[in-house]
Parts: sequence; C-alpha cells; structure tokens
Amino acid sequence: MIGTLVAQSGAARFSWNLFADLGQMLSYEFMRNAFLAGAVVSVVAGIVGYFVILRRTAFAAHALSHVGFAGAAGAVVLSVNPVWGLLVFCLGGAAVMGALGQRIRERDTVIGIVLAFMLGLGVLFIALYNGYSTEAYSILFGEILGISTGDVVLTVAIGAVAVAAIGAMYRPLLFASIDEEIAVARRVPVRALSVAFLLTLGLAVAVAVQVVGVLLIFSLLVTPAAVADRLTTRPAAAIAVSVVVALACTWLGLAIGYYFSYPVSFFITSLAFFAYAVTRLSTGIARRSRPTAAVPAA
Amino acid sequence: MSGLPHLDRPVVCAHDLAAGYGPNTVWSDATFDIDAGAFVAILGPNGAGKSTLLRQVLGLLRPRSGTIEVLGEPPRHGNPAIGYVPQARTLDPDVAFRGVDLVRLGLDGHRFGFAPPWRSQRVQRDAVDRAVESVGATAYAHRRLGAMSGGERQRLLLAQALVGDPALLLLDEPLANLDVRNQATMAELIGSVARARHLTVLLVAHDLNPLRNVIDVVCYVAGGNVAFGPPDEVVTPEVLSKLYGAPVEVLVDSRGRRFVVGIEEETAHPHPHAEVVADSLRLP
Repeated sequence: MIGTLVAQSGAARFSWNLFADLGQMLSYEFMRNAFLAGAVVSVVAGIVGYFVILRRTAFAAHALSHVGFAGAAGAVVLSVNPVWGLLVFCLGGAAVMGALGQRIRERDTVIGIVLAFMLGLGVLFIALYNGYSTEAYSILFGEILGISTGDVVLTVAIGAVAVAAIGAMYRPLLFASIDEEIAVARRVPVRALSVAFLLTLGLAVAVAVQVVGVLLIFSLLVTPAAVADRLTTRPAAAIAVSVVVALACTWLGLAIGYYFSYPVSFFITSLAFFAYAVTRLSTGIARRSRPTAAVPAA
Repeated sequence: MSGLPHLDRPVVCAHDLAAGYGPNTVWSDATFDIDAGAFVAILGPNGAGKSTLLRQVLGLLRPRSGTIEVLGEPPRHGNPAIGYVPQARTLDPDVAFRGVDLVRLGLDGHRFGFAPPWRSQRVQRDAVDRAVESVGATAYAHRRLGAMSGGERQRLLLAQALVGDPALLLLDEPLANLDVRNQATMAELIGSVARARHLTVLLVAHDLNPLRNVIDVVCYVAGGNVAFGPPDEVVTPEVLSKLYGAPVEVLVDSRGRRFVVGIEEETAHPHPHAEVVADSLRLP
C-alpha cells in the first residue's frame, strides 16, 4: 500500500522526461526492491512457464499457488516471513503431486480435492490472525510494493535455484515433455524429471505469489509463455520471448502503478492479457492469409 | 556406431524366451536368431504380445524365462545402437515444436544440461539434416509438428530414430493410421533406408501385404506362441493353425498377397456377443 500512498500524496508526477521519472521512482527503496524482485520473478516464471505450457501442467501450477496460500497464511499466524510458508508448502505440495504419478485423470481429481482443502486451511489461518483483510488481500492479489530487501535476497536465491534446475535438466525435460515413450526407451528418467519439474514449479510459484498473488499467478506463469508459444516454435527462442514478455509486463505494470492509485497486480495482469490478445489476433490473421506456414528458418 | 562389427553374429538371439506381465504369460518358447541386415515383420493379432517383444529387445521388460541377447549382450535399457519408433499416438495439433527439434532430441535429448550456445552446433545440425533428408522430410521438417499429416510426422520420428546412427531399428506399427498408398510408400522408404544403412529392422505390423517386397523374415505371434521364418513358410494354414490352436486359412491371391482368414478376426476383436454364446452353450 506504500505505492498508493505515494501516488495519493502527489509525490509521483509523470513528466515526459522518462529518465527523470525513472530516477524519481528508483529513489524509493520499495520501488528498487519491487523492480528487482519483479525482474527475478519474471525470469523464473518466463522460463518455467514454457514447460508449464509444453507439459500441460497449468492445473498443477494453479493448485500449487493455492497450497502456497495456506503456507503463507500459516506463516503470518506464526509471525514468520510468508515467503518461507510459501516455499515449504509449495515444495511439499509439489512432492505430493509428483508422488501421485502420471495418470492425469486421477491426479487432477486428487489435486482438486487437496486444493480446496488448502484454501479452507488458508481461510482458517487468516481468521486466526487478527490483521485479517490486508494480509489476505496481499497474499491473494500480490503486494509487489511491500517487498522488503530481505525478501529480495530470498527471491534471488530461490530464483537462482529454479533457473539452475531447469538448466540442468533442460534437454531430457524437453525430450520427456514432447515424447515420453521414446524418452523412456532412451533411458531418460521420466518419472524423476516429472517430480523435479514440479518442485521447480513450486519454487517459481513461491516467488511469483509475492508479485501477483495466488489468484493472479497465471498472468506470469502461463500468459507470457502462451504469447511465446504463438510467436515461435524454437524452444530456446520461446523461452527468451516468454521471459521478455513477463519482464515487460511486470516492469511496465510497476511503472504505471507508481502513478496511479490502483493495484500494480491489475496493471501486470492487464498488460499480460493484452499482450496475449494482440499476439493471438495478429498471428491468427497471419496464419489465415498464409495457410502454408512452411517457413524454413535460417 | 554402425552395424558392421556385429555382421558375423546374429543381432538378436532368443532362446526359449518367455514374456509376461505380473502373473500372466503373454507368450513363451520363442527361439530364433535375427541376422544382421535382416528385415523382420512381427505379425499377429492385437494383444498377442508383438510390442512386448520389442520391449524385451529394448530392455524395458525382463524375460520371464529363457535368454535374449541384443547386439551380442543382454538387452541394455537405453542402448544408443537401437533406434525406436513407438506406436503413433495422436499428437496435440497445437504443440509448438518443430520437426527438426524432434529429430534433434534423438541425438542428445537424453543428455543432461543444455547444448552450450557458445559452442558450434554444426556437427549436430548436419546430422539432423542428413537424417531428415534420408527420410525425404526436408520440405516440411521446419514446420510445427501439429501442422503435419500423420505420415509426415511418422517420417520425422523415423529420422529421430536414425539420427544416432543405430545398428538396429525397432518400429511399432509404423503403417497404422496411414492410407493404402502411404502404407506402400512408407514400407518402401523404411526398406530403402535399412538397405542403405545396413540396418537390422524389427517392424510390428498387422498386415503383411504392404511389406511383402521389403521383408525377409516373419515373426508371427499368436495364441501364446511365436513362429519365425520366411513369410511363405510361416504364413501358411499349417503353421498358423498350430499357433492359434484352431483352424486358420491363408488365401493367396494372383499377386502373391496373403490373407489370413478364420479365427484371426475373432481373436483380434473379441465379440462380447461371441462370449455370451459360448457361455450359454456351457449351460447344462
């Protein structure tokens, strides 16, 4: 809510001198923290999001964020940094999902059941804590302007682990995501990779909740990757585009939010939504006017 | 890794081999040698255990009893000298993945980490291009997989299996879901690729006829038994009747095509109706 106060106090005045504007923004510590944490989260979410789309695990991502809600709320009750609660619950949830195995139908049912239970648990924790609404609000919808310097350090550490994990399992994860059966025959540890990916997804969710909250998590974890998915078919290029889109949405949303007394999460999710809508419309038109989309790449 | 060092010995040796899952034996008493360069069609009704045989060669399934050797050693899971194309499944039409990237996975997809972008990828790219060219898929290999026909995707999967330069190629129903003309082209393509690369091929199919110009040997799996030999010695009423344990007829038309008639349709597609009849007959 600090940003809202700045906007309302009239200290934030937009001029057309963008450098001066940026300098003014970055003179606040909470804005520096927000830009930094937002950047780390965008990079992690952009990379992990590519595999979320490729592996069709959007539901698992959705569920993990709700599991994280219970964790964050529980941490608030215990007066612990909510990021730790998020981290523990997201990793625990990911491990359980991994143990449930590959049968999507059964897994989705169980995930749905656990998800509902975790939300209920989160409500209890929030009620146990007297500060009720603001804490719940910031967990559900994100509070990027409330990120402390300590949170930034933690976010950088978690983000580094997530990116390193994806880097280490990049090729076999791609193989297992595209064709599990052939990957198994080539002795790719498909099952272990599936669990490792869910754990990495847990890390990504834990850091992303700080920025956009439990309910808006898809705007960073799915939308940028979906934009990339429509723009390119090369894995490395798609990951790069996904990161750039996530980063652009987060930073622009943050900058806009600095001048208006509306939630930053709203601007981030709106920018992501419009990025997707514009991409979808323009690629749709391009594909229709050029039905044989045989573009041999250089 | 070429097939040449193995030329003097059989590529696959099975002796009294039996296969099964859990308490169930699928087939048993299989004894055969597959010579280097042989093109083997594995035939038989659905559920008879044709893919099970491939799983044993791949080292994904332990023999229930008996022995099997592949390329001079016990089956080794992940053996890079084996190229494998599983049964085609329907692929999501929206999947944003190019044919060349699919082929590339056959080269280094099993390795951890990522291909370092700061090192030249020329050797790998050339290998991918060669594999794509050898299956005649150059024109569409850069398209997304979802935008391809079943036959085009099948060719890229074949290229993926070939890109690692294997000695033994295992293909599970590569002709399924193709129309008659594409079946013939695909069979011819696999045959010519196998000849050019001196490959030994094990190909699961349920129809012998599109393959009759390329295969040397038939491995017929039915009724828990396995028969092995040249097509005109195995696909006969005598051998097949013995395999099925019931009378089977083989019709040979003027062009030498063989048609198995009799019990196979029922074994392949058991009618619930037929079971009801059988049950009612058993009543006193």
